[in-house]
Amino acid sequence: MNKDQIVHPYIPNTVPQVQEEMLAAIGAKSIDELYELIPDDLLFKGKLEIPDGYQDEYSLRRHMNELLAKNVPTSERLSFLGGGCSPHYVPAICDVINSRSEFLTAYAGEPYEDHGRFQALFEYASMLGELIDMDVVSVPTYDGSQAAASALRMACRITKRSTVIIPRSLNPDRASIIRNYCYPQIDVVMVDYDKRSGLVDMEDLKSKMSERVAGVYLDNPSFLGVIETSAQEIVDLAHEQGALCVVGVDPISLGVLAPPSQYGADLVCGELQSLGIHMYYGGGRGGFIASADEQRIVSEFPTRLFGIVPTVDHAWGFGDVAWERTSFASREDSKEYVGTMAALWGITAGVYLALLGPQGMEDVGCTIMERSAYAATELGKIEGLSSPALAAPFFQEFVVNLDGSGKTARQMNDALLEMGIYGGIDLSRDFPELGESLLLSVTEVHTKEDIDRLVGSVRQVVEGR
Amino acid sequence: MSGKETGFHQACWNEPVVYALTSPGERGILIPSTEDGIKNRMGDVISRIPDAMRRKSAANLPEMGQSRVLQHYLRLAQETLGRDLNIDVGQGTCTMKYNPPINEAFVTTPKLADLHPLQDERTVQGVLEIVYRLDQFMREISGLEQFSFQPGGGSHAIYTMATMVRAYFEEKGEERDEIVTTLFSHPSDAAAPRLKGYKVIIVPADEDGFVKLSSLEEVVSQRTAALFITNPEDTGIFNPHIKEFTDLVHAAGGLCGYDQANANGILGITRAKEAGFDMSFFNLHKTFASPHGCGGPGSGAIGVTKELASFLPVPLIDRNEGSGRYFLNYDLVHSIGKVKDYYGVIPAVVRAYAWIMSLGAEGLRQVARVAVLNNNYLLHKMLKIKGVDAPFAPGKHRLEQVRYSWEELTRDTGVVTTDIQRRVADYGGHYWMSHEPWVVPQPVTLEPTESYSKTELDKYASIMERISKEAYDDPEMVKGSPYNSTIGKMADHSYLDDPKKWAITWRAYKRKYRGYFEPRSGD
Repeated sequence: MNKDQIVHPYIPNTVPQVQEEMLAAIGAKSIDELYELIPDDLLFKGKLEIPDGYQDEYSLRRHMNELLAKNVPTSERLSFLGGGCSPHYVPAICDVINSRSEFLTAYAGEPYEDHGRFQALFEYASMLGELIDMDVVSVPTYDGSQAAASALRMACRITKRSTVIIPRSLNPDRASIIRNYCYPQIDVVMVDYDKRSGLVDMEDLKSKMSERVAGVYLDNPSFLGVIETSAQEIVDLAHEQGALCVVGVDPISLGVLAPPSQYGADLVCGELQSLGIHMYYGGGRGGFIASADEQRIVSEFPTRLFGIVPTVDHAWGFGDVAWERTSFASREDSKEYVGTMAALWGITAGVYLALLGPQGMEDVGCTIMERSAYAATELGKIEGLSSPALAAPFFQEFVVNLDGSGKTARQMNDALLEMGIYGGIDLSRDFPELGESLLLSVTEVHTKEDIDRLVGSVRQVVEGR
Repeated sequence: MSGKETGFHQACWNEPVVYALTSPGERGILIPSTEDGIKNRMGDVISRIPDAMRRKSAANLPEMGQSRVLQHYLRLAQETLGRDLNIDVGQGTCTMKYNPPINEAFVTTPKLADLHPLQDERTVQGVLEIVYRLDQFMREISGLEQFSFQPGGGSHAIYTMATMVRAYFEEKGEERDEIVTTLFSHPSDAAAPRLKGYKVIIVPADEDGFVKLSSLEEVVSQRTAALFITNPEDTGIFNPHIKEFTDLVHAAGGLCGYDQANANGILGITRAKEAGFDMSFFNLHKTFASPHGCGGPGSGAIGVTKELASFLPVPLIDRNEGSGRYFLNYDLVHSIGKVKDYYGVIPAVVRAYAWIMSLGAEGLRQVARVAVLNNNYLLHKMLKIKGVDAPFAPGKHRLEQVRYSWEELTRDTGVVTTDIQRRVADYGGHYWMSHEPWVVPQPVTLEPTESYSKTELDKYASIMERISKEAYDDPEMVKGSPYNSTIGKMADHSYLDDPKKWAITWRAYKRKYRGYFEPRSGD
């Protein structure tokens, strides 16, 4: 049988007689005729070097499973990798909901036939708004780094200034994303951090603050895990110069940590992954931006914002707030641009928050604090290790310095890998001033037994047994 | 006519906003509690958080039993019209094709879902191989030399192109400050270059919907950094002069970026390389069957020529020919750095790879050919309907979509395209007008893709025909729609545009209103 005649399950109108009927209706002799606007020299005449397809679903599954079998996921080992992407427990209902055909395969429908999508995203914003104590929350952006970059652009438009300050302790990838996004109109200045505490270096910040600064950014907790205890001082310093303070949070910390608005942050942003989203090799990301309900700020959001509207039948309707801001409405005159971002993860984060409720968010924060503190303390008892290496209090992630052990971070990770443990993020390249150090992440999924196994294995490596 | 006799009614649960479902003390899920062995040794860890950094009062989140949470979200799901449930030809430019559920199995497996992005490369060879192989496929489909999957959507890919254009000319030491696009290109082709500091010049189409070479000649100069153009454009018309366009821009020293977010009508038919482009991107959530997820996560796979490869975001996924091992390659001399966390939306990459493997080279061509056949068939059916027309490209066939106009129907009946949009909901369908500005009056853009059968296309056309008849018979009924949707017609736009009235969260609503939208002002 000629391949052209294969009826593909995904393409019903590959049935030859149906094609003939359709062509007859159109009045065309062949499908080739329909391509009349493409000049002959632009028609691709070769054969794409792509394998023949698997005609049956079973063979496709076999092929994919063989490829995927080469992966050894964190769930098959013991992993302490974090750095802003960590394993958290994903409640079953999160996956049930985001796998539903209705949500998974919907796109950009209207507030009527896609009512549920609008309501779910409005509720996501409402619950996240309570967690971070702010009245305006965006529909998800690509990821937390994009949210940070957009928030800094917003700060520049709001203040009509063009310098922003970011900490040197930022995740280097996030710093790169921010730099790219701000270039070329905005100067991105780095403020140093204190090597002992991990906190923002206040003297350096003071020296860099001026009336040209639009916004000061900080992650709290920081990439290195520390809770920025001088956040209030940083906010005050920014405000004294008429600048805004933008704070990035990990929302899973906010059951125990203060929401940044309570210490004066003007814009709050963050990454949603910890709220019920699997890691997917770094592909499970969504960001948010939040603010007070002030027109001068709301009108600078680049993203979609969903609002609530009455209907003729006394139902809850929803629609796009201040649509004219967006690039859909105003093209090159818009606030940045908007497009397909990460709505499904917003819905998922909403499910997560509804499930956990106020007590669950507090509980998960406590468990993470306690278990990570235990891990850091126990590792610190090993001869030659400094743990936690930074003096400030931390949430979930902490730095372990190996300088006194004679092992490099890489050697430690390689040795742990042999023992079935994914150690920590090697900081030696991006943060050489911290020496041979690892960044470890301990969450609610790590039991005491897991932590004890890590500690025992690290001790074994250090003691050379 | 009551408007109710359509044979369809969408789920309507009158589901309250989640806060109304709270019942103090109920729990949706319990969290693993810390072992006594840890608690006894560590004491009160929370009290070590400095007072100013501690949360003082619990977040006002709903308190609900697990069953009610599930029920709530299932009801909201039912009140959402996913592609799987309808003949989704009404969301033109979005390529609402079939998203095979088998591909979800490859994403939801712990073998993918539980991978950390910074695992040792030795433990992620499977996913790296998939990314690498998809890159190879994309090179074939476009004729370009190297792909990155870092951008999280089409607009993000346009932004990435603009970022690379800037880096490229800075490297060359040339000052060019303009990017040219067309009115029927995606809005982000104008917005993202503007963000990157470019002056954006928009070339209009002529009365037949084509962008004339002479119009482009008027604006291309030594200041032109790049041309960003969607082709086929939003109207479904392929620009036959596209190679002359790229030749013209190249002669002026500029770069050319091809917006192939929607390449569904041209897979294996015509390529970016032969059309003379330096850069291009595909939306994996459109052409390559990754589901749209209510608006993402998607993926904008960006490809470039050899000359531009060193400017791509890092890392790329490469293969060591000696060992056969796949690795993350950060060694790009001119790299713009990062545009997104890690390596992009990996689930979309995996689905796109599986989708291509289910079709093969010939299957991809069939996708394109049937998408174009379906579109021209639907065009033929639509043009028989009273009040609708398909402006532009007179006498010519279209590729994967058509932008129609209801101008005549509006003139005859007063019913406008947004009225029809609401009425389509009563028949269980979607309907999208056009990107802005509405150059085509009273527009609607339909894109059938390859996924629907002739019978289904007939059905969608019959809905359009029926609504046209309703508009002529009883325009007020159409204007008052919907009647069979989850909610009735919404109030005026002031609730969305007036800062005093808008409420973007429930807490803002409670601050501004009591009961059902009774303003609190004056309290």
